[in-house]
Amino acid sequence: MAFAERANNAPGTARRSRVWTPFDLIAGALLVLVAALVVIPLANLARIALSAESDIWPDLAAYVIPEALRVTVLLLAGVAALTAIVGTGSAWLVTAYRFPGRDALSWMLALPLAFPTYIVAYVYVDFFDAFGPVQNVLHALTGWTPGASSWYPNIRSLPGAIFVFSFVLYPYVFLAARAMFQTQSAALFEVARTLGATRFMLARHVALPLARPALAVGLSLALMETLNDIGASEYLGVRTLTLSIFTTWLNRSSLPGAAQIACVMLIVVAALIALERHGRRDRRFHLVLRRSQPPAPIVLTGWGGALVCVLCALPVLIGFALPALTLAHEVFTRGLISGFDPDLVRHTLSTILLAAAATIAALVLGFGAVIAARLIRKPWTDSALMLASLGYAVPGTVLALALLSPLVAADEALNAFSRGLMGISIGLVVAGSGAAIVIAYVVRFLAIATGSAQAGLARVSTHVDDAARTLGETPGRVMRLIHIPLARPAIGGAALLVFVDCLKELPATLLLRPLNVETLSTYIYQFATRGNFEDGALAALLIVAAGIVPVIRMARYSDLALMPEGAPQ
Amino acid sequence: MSRRLFVTALCALALATPALAQSGEVNVYSYREHKLIQPLLDAFTKDTGIKVNVISASSGLEQRIKTEGANSPADVLLTVDIARLQDAVDAGITQPIKSSVLEKAVAPQYRDPAGNWYGLTMRARVVYAAKERVPQNAITYEELSDPKWKGKICIRSGQHMYNNALFAAYLAKHGEAKTEEWLRGIKANLAQKPSGGDREVARDIAAGKCDIGLGNTYYWALMNDKEADRKPWAAATKVILPTFQGGGTHVNLSGVVLAKHAPNKGTAIKLIEWLVGEHAQQMYADMNYEYPLLSEIKVNPTIASYGTLKADPLPLAEIAKNKKAAANLVDKVGFDN
Repeated sequence: MAFAERANNAPGTARRSRVWTPFDLIAGALLVLVAALVVIPLANLARIALSAESDIWPDLAAYVIPEALRVTVLLLAGVAALTAIVGTGSAWLVTAYRFPGRDALSWMLALPLAFPTYIVAYVYVDFFDAFGPVQNVLHALTGWTPGASSWYPNIRSLPGAIFVFSFVLYPYVFLAARAMFQTQSAALFEVARTLGATRFMLARHVALPLARPALAVGLSLALMETLNDIGASEYLGVRTLTLSIFTTWLNRSSLPGAAQIACVMLIVVAALIALERHGRRDRRFHLVLRRSQPPAPIVLTGWGGALVCVLCALPVLIGFALPALTLAHEVFTRGLISGFDPDLVRHTLSTILLAAAATIAALVLGFGAVIAARLIRKPWTDSALMLASLGYAVPGTVLALALLSPLVAADEALNAFSRGLMGISIGLVVAGSGAAIVIAYVVRFLAIATGSAQAGLARVSTHVDDAARTLGETPGRVMRLIHIPLARPAIGGAALLVFVDCLKELPATLLLRPLNVETLSTYIYQFATRGNFEDGALAALLIVAAGIVPVIRMARYSDLALMPEGAPQ
Repeated sequence: MSRRLFVTALCALALATPALAQSGEVNVYSYREHKLIQPLLDAFTKDTGIKVNVISASSGLEQRIKTEGANSPADVLLTVDIARLQDAVDAGITQPIKSSVLEKAVAPQYRDPAGNWYGLTMRARVVYAAKERVPQNAITYEELSDPKWKGKICIRSGQHMYNNALFAAYLAKHGEAKTEEWLRGIKANLAQKPSGGDREVARDIAAGKCDIGLGNTYYWALMNDKEADRKPWAAATKVILPTFQGGGTHVNLSGVVLAKHAPNKGTAIKLIEWLVGEHAQQMYADMNYEYPLLSEIKVNPTIASYGTLKADPLPLAEIAKNKKAAANLVDKVGFDN
C-alpha cells in the first residue's frame, strides 16, 4: 500500500511531493500491521462463513435470524435509551449543580464499570426472584407472596435484561457526557440565558446537542458490550444474535452457520456506525471560543439538594453497591475466606498480568498507528484506522474462533522455521500460550486506544507538527516532545479503560487460554455454568477490586479518553 | 575440554527435559466443572504420580484441538454430553482405544463400538414436580404436551444441550412430525419463556409459578443435600423418573476421548482407565451425584430415593445423530421465543 501511495505521489501530481523517509516507511508498516491484526481474523471469519455446509442457511434465515435480530434490536434500543438517560442525566446533575455528596458521587457513578455484566445479572435474579430478599421483604410487610402473580416484574425477561445491562454499562455514557459538560463553555450558556432559555431548555437545546459526539462514543461502547455478552442474555432468557451464534455452533455443530450469523451481526454493527456518522456528517462540534470557562454550577441545598443526591445515588446503588454487598454477603455465608482457595492468588496474578500486557500492547499499537497516520497524512491511513477499530464490534467468542487458525498458522510457520534451523519442533508457542489471549484482547480493545489517541491528538493542530519539522525536528522527536505529552490524559484514560475491559473479558479468554491458566473471569464462569455463581463470589469481588482503582482514577480525570474526535478545545 | 563437555551435557539436558517431563504428565481438555474434576485428578496424581494439566471450558474445545492439529498438546477430552463425544469423533480429533480394562468396566451401550469414546458416568433428565400440587408419581415424556399441563411447565432453554439431547431422543423414537407436534404442545404448556438453569426450574415450582419442569438428577440432590440456601426449593418439589411410552428414562453420558495426536498416549490411557476404576467411580457417585457406570459402585442414597433408574435402551449414538434436527425443530416452533 505504501508503495502504491508513493507512486501516486510522484512529482507532477497536484499535491506537494514528498520523499519517503525511513520514518514514513516504519509508520506505514505499523499502520498496515495494526489494520492486519483486525482484518486477518475477520477475513478468516468470512472464509468460514462461505465454506460449504450452506444447507443450514435456509433454516437460519427462516427460524433463527428474524427473531434473534428482533430481540437484539429491541435490547440495543432499550439499553441505548436507558444508558443515555441515566448516563447523561447523572452527568448533567453532577456538573450543573452542587449538592450534598456531589463530589463523592461524581466518581462513584463510574463504579459499575468494574463489574462483569453477567455477574450482576445473576445477582439480580437472586434478588428479585422468588425466595429473594425483595419478595421476602414484601412478604414480611404485606403477608403477600408474588409467586406466579403476573404483574410482579420478571427479571428473567427482555425488560429485565435492559435493566441489568443499562445499570452496569451507563458509566461509559456518564464518563463521556460528563467530560463534555465540563468542558462546555459558560459563554454559550450565558448567551442562551440572555435569550431567555430556562435551565431545562439549556440542557435540551445547548448542552445535549453539544455533547452528542461524546454521547455517541459512550453509547457505542455500551452497545458493543451488550452485543458481546453471552452469560447474562442466556441466563435472562434473551435470545440475541450472539447467543444464536453460540447455539448454532454447538447444537448444530456448524461453525460455518455460526460464522454466517456473526457476519449478519457485523453488518448490523457497521450499519449502526454508519448511521451515527451520517447523523453528524454536516455538523461541526468545534467551539470557536478559546479559554472557555465551564458554567458556574448552581448550589442546591435542602430538599432540592437531597432529591438530586438521591437521584445520583440510585445508579450507584443499583449498578454497584447492591451487587457488591450481595457478593460480600455470599463470601461470608459460604466461608469463602476461611476456606480460601489458594489458587485464587495465582489466578489474580494471571488476570492482572494478561490485562497489563494487553493494555501496553494495545496502547503502543493504537497510539503508534494514530501518530503514524498523522505523519503520512493520506486518505488510506484513515481507512486503516477504521479497520483497526472494527475489532471492538466482534463478540469475544467469534473473535476467538476466527483467531484460532491464523494463530496456529503462525505457529506452524515458526515450527517449520525452527525445524529448518535447529531441527526441533517448538510446539504451539503462540496459540498455546498467553500470547493468544493478549492478541485477542488487543484486537478487541484496539478501538479504545485508537479512538482516544485520535481524540487526544485532534486538539493538536497538524500545523504544530509542521512547524516543529520546519525547525528541524525529526518525526521521532516530534512524537516524543509534542504528541505524547499533549495526548497524555487521553493515553491515561485509554489505558485504564482497556485494562478494566481486559480484566472482565470472558468469552475469548475461555477459548484461548493455555493449559493450567485461569483468569478470575473464567474461574467464576466455572461456577456460574453449573448454576452456583455464588461460589465464585470472592473471585468476582477480586475482579472488582482490581478494576476499582483504575475506574476511580478514570472517573477523576476530567479530561477523559472517551472524548471523540472534534471535541471542543 | 571440560567446557565442551559441559555444553554437550547442557544440550543433552535441554533435549531430554521435555521428554522427561512429558513421561509423567497428561494434558486434559475438559468440559467438566473444575471444582468437580479437580479432586478426581488430584486423586489420580496421588495414586499414580502422574501430573495432570487442565484447561476447562464450556465450549469450543473440539474446535481448538482440531485447529491446533498435529501440534496440539491435548491428550484427553472430557465431556458432559453424548453429542459432544460424537462431535469429537466427527471432527476427526479422536483415536480408538483398545483396552480390556475399559471394555470390562463400560457396558457396550455406553461406549463407541470402534472405541473412539467411552462413557464415564450417567445422569438422567427427569421431572421436578410440586409436592403439594402434583399427586402423580409416574409420568411419561409424551405426557408433557398434554393440555392438562397448560400454563404449568417451566423449563430452561430448548437449545441447552441437556434439553437438546432429550428432544433428539424423542425424535429418534417418534420421527420429525410427531416431535414437532410434541414440542408445540410443550411450548403451549409453558408458564413462562424458557430461561435460567435447572435449579431455577425447582425455584419456580417452589414459588408457585408452575407445577412441573425438567431437570437433571444431580441438581435436585445437590440443592437438597449441600446447598442450604436452596434447600426450600428442593423441599417443595419431588423428583419423578419419567419414561418414554414403552421405554425407559432418558439418560445422557459424561465421557472421554483420546486425542488423535495425544503426545502422552500412555499416561492418557492410564488416566482413562483410572476414571472407570472403583476409586474414581465412587467419587463421581458421592461428590457429584452421578450414576456410576461401574456396576459394583452404589449410587448415592439421595439419588437412589428417586426410585430405580430404568435407562431407555435407545443407543446413545442415535441421540447424537438427531441433535441437529432437534435444534432445528426447537427454532422452527419458536420454543425459546
